[in-house]
Amino acid sequence: MNPVPDIFRILPELILTLTGVAVMFIDASLPSGWPRRPLGWVAAIGTTLALWASLWQLSLPQGTAFFATVETSAFTIFFHVLICGIVLVALLLSLDTLPEDSHHQGEFYALVVFGAVGMCLLTGAVELLVVFIALEISSISTYILAGYRKNTGRGPEAAIKYFLLGSFATAFLLYGVALIFGATGTTQIYEIAHLAPSAQNHAFVLAGMALMLVGILFKVSAAPFHVWTPDVYEGAPSPVVALLSTAPKAAAFALLMRVVYEMFPTLHGLWSPLLWIVAVLSMTVGNLAALRQENVKRMLAYSSIAHAGYLLAAFAGLGTSGIAAASFYAAAYAAMNVGIFAVITLVSGYDEKLPMIEDFRGLIYRSPLLGGLLIFFLASLVGIPFTGGFFGKFYSFSAAVDSGAVALAIIGLLNSGLAAAYYLRLALVAAQRTPGKSGEEMAPAPQVGVAVGAALFFAVAATLILGIVPGAVLRAAEAGAHTLQAPPVQSGVPGLSVAQQPNP
Amino acid sequence: MNAINNSILTLILLVPLAGAVLVALAPDRAKLPNWIALLTALVSFGLTLHLPAHFILGQGGFQFAINRPWIENPAIFYHVGVDGLSLWLVVLTGLLAPVGVIASWNAITERRKIFFVLFLLQQTAMFGVFISLDLMLYYAFWELSLVPMAILIAMYGRKDGPKAALKFFLFTFIPSAPLLVAILWLYAKTGSFDFVTLQILIAHGNFPAGPLFWIALAFLLAFAVKVPVFPLHGWLADTFSEAPVALAMVVAGKLGLYSMLRFHIGLFPVQAGAAAPYLIALAVIGILYGACLALVQRDFWRLLAFAALSHLSLITLGIYGFTFTGSAGAVYQILNHGVVDGALFVLLGFLYDRYATSQIAAYGGVASKLPRTATLFVIASLAMIGLPMLNNFVGEFLILSSTFTGVSRGWAIAATLGVILGAAYMLWLVQRLFYGPESELTASKPADDLHFRELAVLWPLAVLMLVMGLAPSIWLPSIETGIHPPGSKVIMVIQGSVLPRSILPISSQGEGQR
Repeated sequence: MNPVPDIFRILPELILTLTGVAVMFIDASLPSGWPRRPLGWVAAIGTTLALWASLWQLSLPQGTAFFATVETSAFTIFFHVLICGIVLVALLLSLDTLPEDSHHQGEFYALVVFGAVGMCLLTGAVELLVVFIALEISSISTYILAGYRKNTGRGPEAAIKYFLLGSFATAFLLYGVALIFGATGTTQIYEIAHLAPSAQNHAFVLAGMALMLVGILFKVSAAPFHVWTPDVYEGAPSPVVALLSTAPKAAAFALLMRVVYEMFPTLHGLWSPLLWIVAVLSMTVGNLAALRQENVKRMLAYSSIAHAGYLLAAFAGLGTSGIAAASFYAAAYAAMNVGIFAVITLVSGYDEKLPMIEDFRGLIYRSPLLGGLLIFFLASLVGIPFTGGFFGKFYSFSAAVDSGAVALAIIGLLNSGLAAAYYLRLALVAAQRTPGKSGEEMAPAPQVGVAVGAALFFAVAATLILGIVPGAVLRAAEAGAHTLQAPPVQSGVPGLSVAQQPNP
Repeated sequence: MNAINNSILTLILLVPLAGAVLVALAPDRAKLPNWIALLTALVSFGLTLHLPAHFILGQGGFQFAINRPWIENPAIFYHVGVDGLSLWLVVLTGLLAPVGVIASWNAITERRKIFFVLFLLQQTAMFGVFISLDLMLYYAFWELSLVPMAILIAMYGRKDGPKAALKFFLFTFIPSAPLLVAILWLYAKTGSFDFVTLQILIAHGNFPAGPLFWIALAFLLAFAVKVPVFPLHGWLADTFSEAPVALAMVVAGKLGLYSMLRFHIGLFPVQAGAAAPYLIALAVIGILYGACLALVQRDFWRLLAFAALSHLSLITLGIYGFTFTGSAGAVYQILNHGVVDGALFVLLGFLYDRYATSQIAAYGGVASKLPRTATLFVIASLAMIGLPMLNNFVGEFLILSSTFTGVSRGWAIAATLGVILGAAYMLWLVQRLFYGPESELTASKPADDLHFRELAVLWPLAVLMLVMGLAPSIWLPSIETGIHPPGSKVIMVIQGSVLPRSILPISSQGEGQR
């Protein structure tokens, strides 16, 4: 067997790290008066290269590197591409909307890219300590980004809340890892997967798994671990929320799949009902709370909690169908959510002078393009056919129905009816004529620059492609799902484990 | 000609969509969006006329069918086709498109582009509903049809658009959640979304009766809201008074009624039979309740809404009477209702644009100032009442007589009372609007009667009412090929006489999976 150099296995992460370091160096060495905006393009180019590198990894045989701590497989590539895509769109969005003056723009771009390193590594890690480190890399960047509007009251509040609660969650996760290590004597996920069946009833394993689930469910903001979400989303700048509400969540969902489907498949009977409850809670709590919000970003924060619930419904599915459905949902959700936050960034502005639902009144008259896009993304969030949101829900709930969880599907779909109420409220307000007041206090139509235009275009294209021809993405998700299982024979006989893998 | 036959349905779907894109790209100058939309509507109407021209009467099953894979997993097919049931509904949808454009010609003054883009999108969605034979494809169009409608109601609502739009959307969207679960359940059991395959499998009795009861109920509920059937009509009056004329005339009735015939009765004849007594009762209640409420309305949009409830309930009665004549009459009556309601909406919309009120009491003596409007309105009203020689008479007669002989005399007599009440509220409306002394409002506005544009759509509609009343034999034979008394259709399908060979492997595979 011709071994693949270890370095190729982490090529995207490597490119992203180099980009981030380069951005910081250039930022530091530029004279203070010079514009920092080009650094955003550097970061965007680096991210694009990383995206290509992930796609290139498809040509590598599936396998691990660095003493079986990171893995490349169809599954990791799927999430690498997804995360790089989200980060790219978020960077393009920031390019046109960050205020030009100081504001530490260089650091902003570097942090976004470093965050991407953590998230990518998180999806590829097969060693719990690397998982922890990756999670920390991505979290610390996002903590800082969340508080980027230092001059407002809400910015630092958001950052501190996110940091405190996030650290707790990471601590839970770490404690879970420690307990599992205590029970099995290893932190390598494949090895744990092989040992777990014999240690099924070991109290440490069960407690460890529960603690890890708590930590991960916090990161995906599923109820009842969701309380931080609305405050953080409200306080953080909108371009950051576009990133925050999608990429780290996608990475955390990838980790969740790895933990439950790869590490503890034999404990299905335990975690499946648990996730069932969390799914129902998330949908219901998220949607009910969203109904009463007046601030658009808070409303979308609760909606993202509900969407975490829909995604968790896919976990009721068995094996590959569940993994594929959850992966697909993560992609569809990312496309539409990034899109809607892009529109909101443009309408509300970086300083958010217009944050309330009422401020969107008559948007379609002010700017037909943004109004139309807002309604389009909202329609996708509702789950109207021919948009990505529809097939996301469709696969998620059909995975649930397939495995017999009809009740979960019915609760989920009724919830999506409930959700339509508040999405529609925003859409219809945007479509309504502003009565009487001719010209008075009519906010000017926001300008759409090249970078933002590209960001919007990518988001719309992705949402439409996922809604009209989802075949290719679904195949990729399924290929990923097939690779998400511990190799049958572990490290002792290298080569054999690869040969016995089902070919994606 | 074969090439056209094989792609005509795709063309019908794509033309409005292409028109929508064209409107979106064209500059918003003067009436340019209107002209593009009109042209698109006329072209798509022309295309729909191809269907009856080349429809082969003797041949059962679906014609002009296209069946191609769309998505592999789950196996969703782009499967479209028309039979006698959907044939004329497609044509009706095509016909109402230019009518809708003309009705919006002067009524829509701002953001014309958005209006016509969404209007044409709605057109595609409705065509899609009528021709889809794959349940997922059907569901996709069904849901899609909600969005343009809701947005346009919100944008152009007369008083409180968003509220009416939200009501309309939620009323239709929430019941479609159980519908989707039901469709998914059928797929989980069979591995197919195909209408014909599922029909065969269900007819073979391969399913446990318990779950099937709930599945059928989920289908029925989603459709009953859309029709609407009596206790589920809460959205109708608000939608009628807020929606732009071009959309109000297509929002109720045909989509829901067609879906009942095709997918509720078509897929679950046994369960539909069991539900029929309840639906007949609800339909008769709806006929009387709608008529009584129409009598006391002060706003003509709301009057029209309750009149529609009454008439649509009559059609529901025809459908669930489970008689051959009744079903054929019901389909015919869907067409009649579309034509007559379309004309009435255009005329009332014209009055509303001129006088800016829908309060009936504000009008009076309009006939002396707008004689052409009055003439056409009277014709349409008489058609609506069911005057012999006009179209509604045929449909109502078929439904009522078949109910009388085939279902129950009591229900038939009660339903006939509704028809009498119908004459009362319509004639009274005509009297209050057009005759009597001139009111302050009508006296204050100069006479400005219907223009050539409006006349060009209204007179053909009026002639159509007459032709449909005099010569129903143009329509009924082809409709009847799509209607089979419950039971017989299924048997015929099983015998394989109309079954395309290609379906068999799928169905056996589906059974294998179970």
